[in-house]
Amino acid sequence: MNGRGALDAEIARIAEAFRGAGATLVDLPVLQPAETLLDLYGEDIRARAYVTRDPLAGELMLRPDFTVPVVQMHMEGGANPARYAYAGKVFRTQDRSSDRPPEFDQVGFEILGGEDPAPADAEVFTLLSQVLAPLPLRVTIGDIGVLMAAVQGLTTPENRKAALVRHIWRPRRFRALLDRYSGRAPVPPARAALLERVARGKDVLADAGPLVGLRTREEVAERIAALAADAQEPPLPAAETDLIDQIVTLRETAPSALERLADIAVDLPAIMPAVERLEERLEALAARGIDIAALEFEGGYGRSSMEYYDGFVFGFHAAARPDLPPVATGGRYDAMTRALGCGAEIAAVGGVVRPAALLSAREAGQ
Amino acid sequence: MTLKLGVPSKGRLMEKTFDWFGARGIGLSKAGSEREYSGRVEGLEDCALVLLPASEIPRELEQGRIHLGVTGTDLVRERLAHWDQSVKELTPLGFGHADLILAVPRGWVDVDTLDDLDAVAAAFRRRHGHRLRIATKYHRLVRDYLREQGVADYLLVDSQGATEGTVANRTAEAIADITSSGETLRANHLKIIGGAPILRSQAALFQSRGADWGTAERGVLERMLGALRLAG
Repeated sequence: MNGRGALDAEIARIAEAFRGAGATLVDLPVLQPAETLLDLYGEDIRARAYVTRDPLAGELMLRPDFTVPVVQMHMEGGANPARYAYAGKVFRTQDRSSDRPPEFDQVGFEILGGEDPAPADAEVFTLLSQVLAPLPLRVTIGDIGVLMAAVQGLTTPENRKAALVRHIWRPRRFRALLDRYSGRAPVPPARAALLERVARGKDVLADAGPLVGLRTREEVAERIAALAADAQEPPLPAAETDLIDQIVTLRETAPSALERLADIAVDLPAIMPAVERLEERLEALAARGIDIAALEFEGGYGRSSMEYYDGFVFGFHAAARPDLPPVATGGRYDAMTRALGCGAEIAAVGGVVRPAALLSAREAGQ
Repeated sequence: MTLKLGVPSKGRLMEKTFDWFGARGIGLSKAGSEREYSGRVEGLEDCALVLLPASEIPRELEQGRIHLGVTGTDLVRERLAHWDQSVKELTPLGFGHADLILAVPRGWVDVDTLDDLDAVAAAFRRRHGHRLRIATKYHRLVRDYLREQGVADYLLVDSQGATEGTVANRTAEAIADITSSGETLRANHLKIIGGAPILRSQAALFQSRGADWGTAERGVLERMLGALRLAG
């Protein structure tokens, strides 16, 4: 068997394994409302997804992944909790220089609405790892929840924390904000000049002349007040930004990473619950027979993947074929369900296998 | 076989391109009547002049239907995905200068940097229930720039003309447009933000990577580059 036949057999094998773990096989629409994806991922998704038009439904996108359709189907009246499996193509534009195809198969497994996160995390990871066995793959795990908790633990006002959390998935802007708050980056001259004029009692709004557009004078005034208040805030202590740096640059085997994070938690107690969750997850993985000492933990893993994981994250990579996309990836995305579910948040964890990458990795391994 | 050189078919861009080549010993001119879109080349053998709208030259280069072309760097970067994989910029021509800039209402005294724009976009979305709209016709350039800069919660809305008016008309909160003078912005109560422009554009001579480059075409190119005193 070769080509499409081998791929189809592989897809069927993986989907069957997922069904064997209690998942309902679901068929999900290829066409997704563009508005939903744009609201979730922002304009960047336009550069990655194929956009098309329907005379009635307006702008549509060919699904760039299964996460959104799975969550939406579940929200529209699935059982709770539920397990889903799916197999099908996703579509992503590629660089001209890339030899990756713009459409490729994914086979996925998701647990939605479960109660206890550690066993569910461990179950998803173990199931994928069984499906990929015995292929030798480099496995990386991470936990965005630790970084989120670390931000919440900083001695800085809520609005600054909210700004940092908003940019967890944009490492560069996150870094710029941290530099600003800690005083490592200077206050931009224009802002310093504005605040100086405000402090001298100038009516900066009146001086600017007519205001056009939807944003009101009141909104501008509110932000100026917020900027003035922010300027009075003491800089974030260097010791705290150091701890954030230590977390995002952490690269150790999972057990050592857990120790390091427990050390960091002495100085930043806010991450303790997240570190305990990591410990429970590692214990649950070990109980399922996973060799956790062989897992690489990266503190910044999953931050730039645009998938909006907010807890456990993982990826299986073919060490012999660094040119291949990850053979499988996944993680927990509770917060995203809130964004899609108009307020209701449900626990969600899952992962996908790229069967074509799996076949290539297997070939390279032989 | 001849080498095809694409040049803007009218206006100052055409005249300045003719002048630029003329000053380097290659005479370009329109053939026959003023309305005819074919041209003549003097001082360089086996080179054909193709007169095209400047906005079509990027695509013709990408498709390899012309070997060389003169157009704005803004058009090349906007129209061609991964432009540097399909064309090579041989030299800037020193005219047709225009900056692609981001502008917001002048009354937004709290906004000067992209940090500010990003923070305002987040607050605007919470308040108004939709993302902050930026009107532009340069979707690719603006999106790439804002992604690079880590700006979120904005929406690009298409505007093919009179873009400066979209803010007062409340179809956008900000604009990204080419501006060679700031007067139109001032008249529409807008100001430039973000320091350096998104792109400093000017007319440039581009080489198609996808065109048919046989020995003959390469020979013509070398003679042209010699006349223009450019290394190949």
